[in-house]
Amino acid sequence: MARTLPHTDVAIIGLGWTGAIMAYELSGAGLNVVAIERGPWRDTATDFPPAWAPDELRYAIHLDLFQRPEQSTVTLRNKISQTALPVRKFSSFLPGNGVGGAGVHWNGMTYRFLETDFNLKSHLIKRYGNKILPDDMTIQDWPVSYQELEPHYDRFEKLSGISGTAGNLDGKIQPGGNPFEGPRSSDYPTPANKQPLGSTLYGKAAQSLGYHPFPVPSANLSQSYTNPLGVAMGQCTYCGFCERFGCGNYSKASPQTCVLPALMLRKNFEARTNCNVTKINLDSTGKKATGVTYVDQAGETVFQPADMVLVCAFSFNCVHLLLVSGIGKPYDPKTNTGTVGRNYAYQCTSGVLVKLKDTILNPFISGGAIGMSIDDFNGDNFDHSGLGFFGGGVMSATKTGGRPIGQISYFPDDPKWGSAWKKTTKENYQSIYGLGIQGSVYSYRDAYLDLDPTYKDPYGSPLLRMTFDWHENELKMSAYVTEKLAGIGKAMGAERIAAFPRKAPYSVVPYQSTHNTGGAVMGADPRTSVVNRYLQSWDVPNLFIMGASAFPQNAGYNPTGTVAALAFWSAKAIREQYLRNPRPLVHA
Amino acid sequence: MPDRQFTRRMFLISSTSCMAMIGTLADARADVYHGALPWSPGQDHAPVPVTGTGWTWFTKTEAETIEALVDRLIPEDELSPGGKEIGIAVYIDRQLSGPFGQDKGLYMAPPFAEGLPGQGLQSPVTPAERYRKSIAALNRYCADAYFGKSFAGIGSAEQDKIIVKMESGTLDLKGPSSKAFFQLLWQNAKEGFFADPVYGGNRGMAGWKMIGFPGARYNYLDWVEHHNEHYPKPPVGIESHPDWTAHS
Repeated sequence: MARTLPHTDVAIIGLGWTGAIMAYELSGAGLNVVAIERGPWRDTATDFPPAWAPDELRYAIHLDLFQRPEQSTVTLRNKISQTALPVRKFSSFLPGNGVGGAGVHWNGMTYRFLETDFNLKSHLIKRYGNKILPDDMTIQDWPVSYQELEPHYDRFEKLSGISGTAGNLDGKIQPGGNPFEGPRSSDYPTPANKQPLGSTLYGKAAQSLGYHPFPVPSANLSQSYTNPLGVAMGQCTYCGFCERFGCGNYSKASPQTCVLPALMLRKNFEARTNCNVTKINLDSTGKKATGVTYVDQAGETVFQPADMVLVCAFSFNCVHLLLVSGIGKPYDPKTNTGTVGRNYAYQCTSGVLVKLKDTILNPFISGGAIGMSIDDFNGDNFDHSGLGFFGGGVMSATKTGGRPIGQISYFPDDPKWGSAWKKTTKENYQSIYGLGIQGSVYSYRDAYLDLDPTYKDPYGSPLLRMTFDWHENELKMSAYVTEKLAGIGKAMGAERIAAFPRKAPYSVVPYQSTHNTGGAVMGADPRTSVVNRYLQSWDVPNLFIMGASAFPQNAGYNPTGTVAALAFWSAKAIREQYLRNPRPLVHA
Repeated sequence: MPDRQFTRRMFLISSTSCMAMIGTLADARADVYHGALPWSPGQDHAPVPVTGTGWTWFTKTEAETIEALVDRLIPEDELSPGGKEIGIAVYIDRQLSGPFGQDKGLYMAPPFAEGLPGQGLQSPVTPAERYRKSIAALNRYCADAYFGKSFAGIGSAEQDKIIVKMESGTLDLKGPSSKAFFQLLWQNAKEGFFADPVYGGNRGMAGWKMIGFPGARYNYLDWVEHHNEHYPKPPVGIESHPDWTAHS
C-alpha cells in the first residue's frame, strides 16, 4: 500500500528542460510545485567540474550521465511481423537521466522549425497537389503555427543566451543569417561564435555554390551573458567535450545553468530525486488525474496527490506512462485507430567525410553547436517536384570534438589495426572533416510505440516496444541531400570524399540521434492526437504532456528549441486560461 | 561564474533553516531539494585512478596473451611505444574487474534470443567472461597449430595471421566467436591507447602525443582562429602530471 504524501498543486514528472521551464512558470503563478525525477541531483561543481569533465572514457564511451538500460529501455523490431528484442545497451539513441535530463549533455544546437514545418500536410497538398503523399504516410498539420510559437522561441533563446546571427528580422532578410527562417521578433541575445577552420571552409564552399550558410544557433555561448532570470553564464572555451558531457564552464545552456539557480529559490518548489514515477493515478471516472505514484530509492511506493500532472519526461517515457496508466486509447496499426503510440518518428541522419589536403584542423578546438549550416535543402525550401520524396534536413559542419576514442574518422578501406592503422590515424586526425545532416522523418501507419508482450522493467511494467523502419520517402531524401552535401565537400577542396546516406533497415547499433519523436502527438482532432494545441490531454484535462512526443512528425532539425518553445506556449495557456477555470482548453 | 553566488551562500542559509539535502532523514527516502541549490563540498564524483601492480581479473597466462595481442594491434614503431608498454593490458584488466566487465547497468533480463544485427547485442555473456573463454580457446588453437605453444609464444608474423583471421571471423575457436572477441578486444585496446591515463593505459600520453590531442586542456579560446597552425602546448591528463608544466 502506497504511502500518501500531502497534496500539492502541480506534480511534474522529470526535471529536464521542460520540467524546469514549467516549474519556473507555474511556481511563478503562485502554485506549489513538486518535481519528481528518476535520476540523481546533478550540478556543475560537484558532477562535472573542469577538473574531470574532459573524460572521454567515462562520459562518451561508458555514458556516465545517461539513463541505464537496466532502469528502463525499449524493445525494437523493424516490422510488425518480427519479434522485438530489448535494446540492452543504448547506442542509436541515448536518453538522459537525472536533474537537467538530456539538457545536461546535449550539444546545444537551437534551431527554430520552418514555417512550413508546422502546416506541413496542407502546405504540401497546396503546392504539389492532392494525391502526392504515399497512402501509408500519416503526417498532419501541427495545431499551432510558427507565428504563434515565435514569442516562445524568443523566450527560450533569451533564457539560454543563444549565440547566432538573425536571418529574418520582422520579415527583413539579414546578411549572414538563415534567409529561410521564419520572421523573428528580435535578434539572438549573443553574437555568433567564432568559427574553427573546418566550418570556415564549409561556409566558404557553400557560399561559392550559391547556398546560404549561417552560423549554427548555439547554446555554447560566444560571450558571458545574464539571462532574464538573473542567472549568469560564461563564455564557451571550445573545450571539445560537449555532447555526452556536462559543461564545467557554465557556458552551455542547460536547466542547471539557466533555470535551477533561480527556481530553487522559490519557496513553493521542491525537487525529489531518485524517485521513479510508475503511474499517473486517475479517479473513478478515468477523466481526472489525482496525482502520481512513484517508487523511491528505498523501494517504497509513494502516492503524491496533485491537482495537475505534467509529464516532462523523455518522449519514450511519456508514451510509456500513458500506456501503463491506461490513459487514452492505444494506437492499433491494423485498424488505424487509437492515438497513444501513433506517429513515432526519428531523425534521418547522414554524413559525408571530407579529406582535406595540407590542413591542420585541430579538431579538438570545438563546441557542440559551433559550426556553419545551410537550410537550402531543408523542409520545403527547395522544389520537390519530380524528386519522388518530401522533406530534407539542415546540412552542417559542426565538428563537436577531437576526442580520440570515438571521434577519429576513417574511410571504409583504411587499415584497421597495426602500424598502418597508426599512420592513418595520425594523418586522418588533422585532415578528415565530417559533415552531417539532420534529416526529417515523416510519420507512417506502421511506425509506432506500444507495450512489449515479453520484456519488463524492474518495476514489473512492460517495456515500451518500438516498431520502426526507414521508408522509401526518407531513404530517397537522404540519398538526395547527402549527395548535395558531398558537392559542398568537393568545393571545400577535398582530395577524397565518402558519402554515407541512410540505408535500411533501421539499426539500434550505430549512434544516430536522440531525437525520438511522436507517440503522444498534438493535433486538432482527438481521433488522431493525444494532446490538443496546448499539450493538454484530450482524455484527462488536468494532464499536460511536454516534449518531442508531441511532434506529429519530425522536421529536419535538432528538436530542443521547439520542445522548449512548446513548453513556454503551454505554460502561458495554463497560466492565462486554465488556472482561472480548469477545463479542456479546446473543444473537440 | 556569477551564478555560483547562489550556491555557497544559499547553502549556508539552507543548511540551517530549510530542507536542502535531507536524504539522510529517516522518513525521507527521496532526496529532497528545496529552498536553495544544494551545495555539498567533497560530495563529488572524481574518477578513481588505477594504482597498484598485479592483475585484478586476468590470470598470468591471460595477461601474457592480451599483452601479446595488444602489442600486435598497436605495435611499437616510430609513432609510439607498443601496446604492452603503454599499459593497454592493465587498462583492460581493470575494466574487466570493474562495472564494464560485468555489463553493469545494461538490460540483462531474459529471455535472450538471437536477433537481427540491427537489434544489437543479445548475449548474456559479459565482457569479462568473453575474454576468459576466448583467450582460453585462442591458446588451445595455438597449442594445436604450433606444437603446444601459446599465442604469446609464437612469432609476430604468425600472430598477425591469426589476428587477421579473428577479424574476419574465419578463425574457428570451437565455441567462442573469434570475430566478436576481436571486436571487443579492438574497441578496448583503442580505449587503452586513447583514454585518460588515469585509467591505467595511454602511459606517458603516448596515444595523445601520436595524434596531437592536447587531452584535458579544456580551453582553446586563444587558438580558435589560428587556422592551420599546430596547437603549441603538450597534452595534459586529468591527474596532475609532470607534463602539465612541460614546455613544447
